[in-house]
Amino acid sequence: MSWIENRFEEGLIMTSLDWAINWGRSNSIWPMTFGLACCAIEMMAVGASRFDIDRFGAGAFRATPRQCDLMIVAGTGTYKMASRLKRLYNQMPDPKYVMAMGACTVGGGPYFKHGYHVVKGVDLVVPVDIYIPGCPPRPEALLEGLMRLQDKIRHQTRAKTLMTKAKEAALR
Amino acid sequence: MLDQRVEGCHPYVEIAADRWREVARFLRSDPRMRFNFLRCITGLDLLADDKLACVYDLMQLPLDDPTTLIMKTSEFAVRVTTDRNAPSLPSVSQVWAAAEWHEREAYDMFGIEFTDHPDLRRILCPDDWVGYPLRKDYDFPLEYHGIPATTEFELTNPRH
Repeated sequence: MSWIENRFEEGLIMTSLDWAINWGRSNSIWPMTFGLACCAIEMMAVGASRFDIDRFGAGAFRATPRQCDLMIVAGTGTYKMASRLKRLYNQMPDPKYVMAMGACTVGGGPYFKHGYHVVKGVDLVVPVDIYIPGCPPRPEALLEGLMRLQDKIRHQTRAKTLMTKAKEAALR
Repeated sequence: MLDQRVEGCHPYVEIAADRWREVARFLRSDPRMRFNFLRCITGLDLLADDKLACVYDLMQLPLDDPTTLIMKTSEFAVRVTTDRNAPSLPSVSQVWAAAEWHEREAYDMFGIEFTDHPDLRRILCPDDWVGYPLRKDYDFPLEYHGIPATTEFELTNPRH
């Protein structure tokens, strides 16, 4: 690749490739239906016509974790559900993102003090990327969280890191 | 045999625990009072009397049954108490099928053992949960399979 490296500015092709890849990935996030409780109603509202999530490209809710890249944990996580939550998270292919929707998943919510069976925050079980507060959060709040996730994806570099790894391997 | 105490807003009759199943069969089959609908079984923790109780909400639904003598629906409650240290009640799941899952919930939440129940195990909490949550002296466990039950703030400032 050396004949092309010094012709353009540093990293033009790789950053353009990065930009294209990230544009494609952020505009086609496929969420998994993981509605556990009341926040699922708001998630359904987001999937319906007024607060359309399909205009962000994220309207294809897949029921199987093997085909999706975002898990929206919408609803109270209980201890009984925590093992299933972890298993479904492990079944998702990389790169995967988790969105904690609603107060229960962020930190226990209204069951924070007396809830004997509630996991106080789903980030004790799976690593969370985006937290959306609210009980339940308005559909616009969920869409704001989705847009923040899109920003996060757009700033990721995958082609560049692959290129630097290849360079280092060649120099060794 | 029967201790009766008819209270005001939620009239109930208190029955001794060892005769409860016979009374239940009587309530269901007698044509003067066909209580064929068990709405709910509520568990009670009477910490002051050192007892656990169950309240059975019964209803009569006049079906197309020519042998029935009741003309309209009415409801009624029965309370059965048992000792707190060895709680045990006769199961009425043979009398009313709805009792099966309600008794499982009473077992899960209070620890009341129902004799002759076909499938007595926890229904809401996971099977290896320790303790009976709705008892008044319940302290919930600090950890379950590696997931902490309280945040660090609550561990230092416990408020139960």
